[in-house]
Amino acid sequence: MFENLDPTFLARIQFAFIISFHILFPAFTIGLASWLAMLEWRWLKTGNQVYADVYRMWVKIFAVTFGMGVVSGVVMPFQFGTNWSRFVDAGSNVIGPLLGYEVLTAFFLEASFLGVMLFGWNRVSPKMHFASTIIVAVGTLISAFWILSANSWMQTPQGFRVGQDDLLYPTSWLEIIFNPSFPFRFVHMVTAAYLTTAFTVAGIGAYYLWRQRHVQHARVMFGMAMIMAIFVAPMQGLFGDLHGLNTLEHQPAKVAAMEGLWETKRGAPLALFGLPDQEAETTKFALEIPKLSSLILTHDLDGEVKGLKEWSPDERPPVALVFWAFRLMVGIGVLMIATGVLAIILYIRKRLFDTRWFQVWCMALTPAGFLAVLAGWFVTEVGRQPWIVYNLMRTSDATSPVMGTSIAISLTAFVIVYIFVFGAGSYYILKLIGKGPEGEPQAYGDHGVDKPPIVTDMAGEKGGQNV
Amino acid sequence: MFSFESLVDLPLIWFGLIATAIFLYILLDGFDLGVGILFPFAPTDRCRDRMMNSIAPFWDGNETWLILGGGGMLAAFPLAFVVLMPALYIPIIVMLLGLIFRGVAFEFRFKDTGKYRRIWDYAFHFGSLLTALMQGVIIGAIVQGIEVEGRNYAGGAFDWLNAYSIMTGVAVVFGYALLGGTWLVVKTDGETQTWARKSASYAIGFVALFLAAVSISMPIMNPEIRSLWFSLPNFFFLLPIPAASLIMLIVIWRDLHTEREIRPFLLSFGVFLTGYLGIAISMWPYIVPFKITFRQAAAAPESQSLLLIGTAIMLPLILLYVGYCYYLFRGKASHESSY
Ligand code: HDD
Ligand code: HEM
Ligand code: HEM
Repeated sequence: MFENLDPTFLARIQFAFIISFHILFPAFTIGLASWLAMLEWRWLKTGNQVYADVYRMWVKIFAVTFGMGVVSGVVMPFQFGTNWSRFVDAGSNVIGPLLGYEVLTAFFLEASFLGVMLFGWNRVSPKMHFASTIIVAVGTLISAFWILSANSWMQTPQGFRVGQDDLLYPTSWLEIIFNPSFPFRFVHMVTAAYLTTAFTVAGIGAYYLWRQRHVQHARVMFGMAMIMAIFVAPMQGLFGDLHGLNTLEHQPAKVAAMEGLWETKRGAPLALFGLPDQEAETTKFALEIPKLSSLILTHDLDGEVKGLKEWSPDERPPVALVFWAFRLMVGIGVLMIATGVLAIILYIRKRLFDTRWFQVWCMALTPAGFLAVLAGWFVTEVGRQPWIVYNLMRTSDATSPVMGTSIAISLTAFVIVYIFVFGAGSYYILKLIGKGPEGEPQAYGDHGVDKPPIVTDMAGEKGGQNV
Repeated sequence: MFSFESLVDLPLIWFGLIATAIFLYILLDGFDLGVGILFPFAPTDRCRDRMMNSIAPFWDGNETWLILGGGGMLAAFPLAFVVLMPALYIPIIVMLLGLIFRGVAFEFRFKDTGKYRRIWDYAFHFGSLLTALMQGVIIGAIVQGIEVEGRNYAGGAFDWLNAYSIMTGVAVVFGYALLGGTWLVVKTDGETQTWARKSASYAIGFVALFLAAVSISMPIMNPEIRSLWFSLPNFFFLLPIPAASLIMLIVIWRDLHTEREIRPFLLSFGVFLTGYLGIAISMWPYIVPFKITFRQAAAAPESQSLLLIGTAIMLPLILLYVGYCYYLFRGKASHESSY
């Protein structure tokens, strides 16, 4: 039934589906882990119970998200072998050690100390517990470091030679790890994760404020999130701009697709909207601002920007997807910056915590970070096409000798399982949010515990300690 | 570019490291999956809560050894990874789906009550069962040999499926059940422990049966393995392996019917070690039997060298803090969730 489906196409869809699902969780856990560390620090420092309550509420959400991040992540390295075995065969001398280092330096650290963070309350001192939270947070960042280094190397490969057997051999590890696009991608991704978390927390804080529930706690959430919006959102725009300049240098075809620009031009305009048409090689109905593209990309009103026609049609990425995903990401970025500005104004007018329309605004932006992260990755990855390793190996040469039928069936299975499992996960997260950082007894009721574990009567059951 | 090629036998070291990582995975996730396999048979919900809590702080770390085994193979023996993944496409995907179901159950189960909690009880059980079964099937498929042409897998999508691999699959299910049962003897008491002792004793009979079946069938199927084990003087050098296995199984059986708590668990590790060694010796020096040796599959020496530095520094540290976690959560597990 699936014989005439192209295995490469199916493998790409499957990989895209699975990694897109996966990144939703890191995008949230990277930011949340750092924020939890911050909360615990505030709590230890001030002794203010509100911080502890907020921590306890969010650590449960963190645990659910992290669990889903782990199970969707375990699938990923295997996907390299099942979907892209010829890429692994050729490239693993270079990319393998980076993935290996990720496991050695990050995954074990995260997994082990997550146990202490969640179950260690009454077994370790508050200082040690705080240390565990920090270790988990640092672990997520180390993990991002290595995987983004691997990905960036595929975007801007260097530090290798091609052997006589057509396999790649490393010549300089420093060049491989710190390849040209890596610093930009790493910074941009980490701040993206922080923003994603901040806007989720802000949305939920706003919801509580709006409903006049848990006001004390909600102010902590909302306030801290707004600090992120004020400072980090503009930084993200700046980093994104620098990232774009770097891409222009190394992957000009991707930038041309982002801009929907077909002809090479001096004083190229910036298309706000339009319908890129790959066949007709033009962007229809474009709403353009003259010369702005040149200004942004070359910092000169009459600078030259290369158009897609510089490349033969089989070397161009799919334009429409890249074009639209880019607009979605930048649009959300602008909304985030605007949120920061509004927050400053409201703060000065002492209305930050009780302006109802602003609360609705923030609630509406709750999922914005996730959308922007996905959109950003689609720009990056689809814009790299038709290459899997830029200018070196084509995606169509990278596939595994697996039949289309197998991939189609497994893709279907993944879609069903992911929707069911992660749908349930979202439901439990919403339940936790609905419950909120309520007074202690109820908060622990759903765990089958009547009292907070620190004072749980451990003599109740023979030898029964809380493990 | 630095490389330790001239100093040490890199492929051999890496072969040892990956084999160790996979073995540690089998032991650690083995008892963890075993608990899932035994899960629905426990007498009460309270028992099940304790079973779940006994592994909740560890399961993620245990699973990480699988990623180290897989990721390590990708990095150190890419050719093996590249051939085995497509060859075992279906069992691997099914295993991963199983891991997803059982992994999320840890979090979801305590968030729900009644009917919906049941769903996650079964997700945990069937996820663990499927994972164990597929791991056994994968081992069975590998020992029977893989079709290779050039640098690619050359067989069909279902080459892995036959009566033999199903048998090894079931064998692993019982083996993990033994590990899980003896783990629960260590981590619980009272009613739960009594039941765990019974389940482990039950599993032991099957483990002995399957070990015998595999030991007899492998030499019959493959003349090379036959001559390896049954030629003199090899036979006498190798005899201690099955003998040790047998003795350990008997001791575990007796321990399970006394008050002993820790020894059965450690000896189950021993049984797995003998089984693992037996297979490893039969496969030597192939990493993709009987086509690609570990030397042919090795990554560039520069790549193996870089990763060796990291491993030399990180692995002792990892063992240290993993040990710390097991120490921290020592003692009997409670039925209450504690965060
Ligand atoms: C920017 C960050 C980032 C990106 C781009 C990726 N991941 Fe990821 N991954 C993480 C950040 C992360 C994390 C924050 O470290 C996670 C998320 C939740 C967690 O448990 O750890 C994780 C979990 C996670 C796990 C489970 C680890 C465990 O058991 O603790 C694996 C095996 C992978 N990932 C592998 C991959 C692969 C092969 C990717 C690319 C193809 C990938 N991840 C993209
Ligand atoms: C985590 C966020 C990421 C997302 C959302 C993402 C998304 C995507 C998408 C949509 C594709 C399909 C592109 C197409 O075929 O048109 C793709 C392909 C791919 N990505 Fe990513 N990606 C991410 C990170 C990574 C990382 C970190 C790596 C490697 C280290 C990676 C490696 C690949 C590979 C090997 C392919 C398949 C070949 C290809 O189509 O080019 N990706 N990804
Ligand atoms: C505000 C203006 C923004 C600009 C100018 C910008 C710019 C860019 C550019 C040029 C890329 C593609 C890089 C490449 O592959 O060559 C990119 C990727 C990406 N963007 Fe943005 N971005 C902005 C906002 C955001 C926001 C708000 C988020 C998320 C909260 C975000 C998340 C991402 C992610 C996850 C990627 C893919 C990973 C990467 O390449 O770093 N971006 N961005």
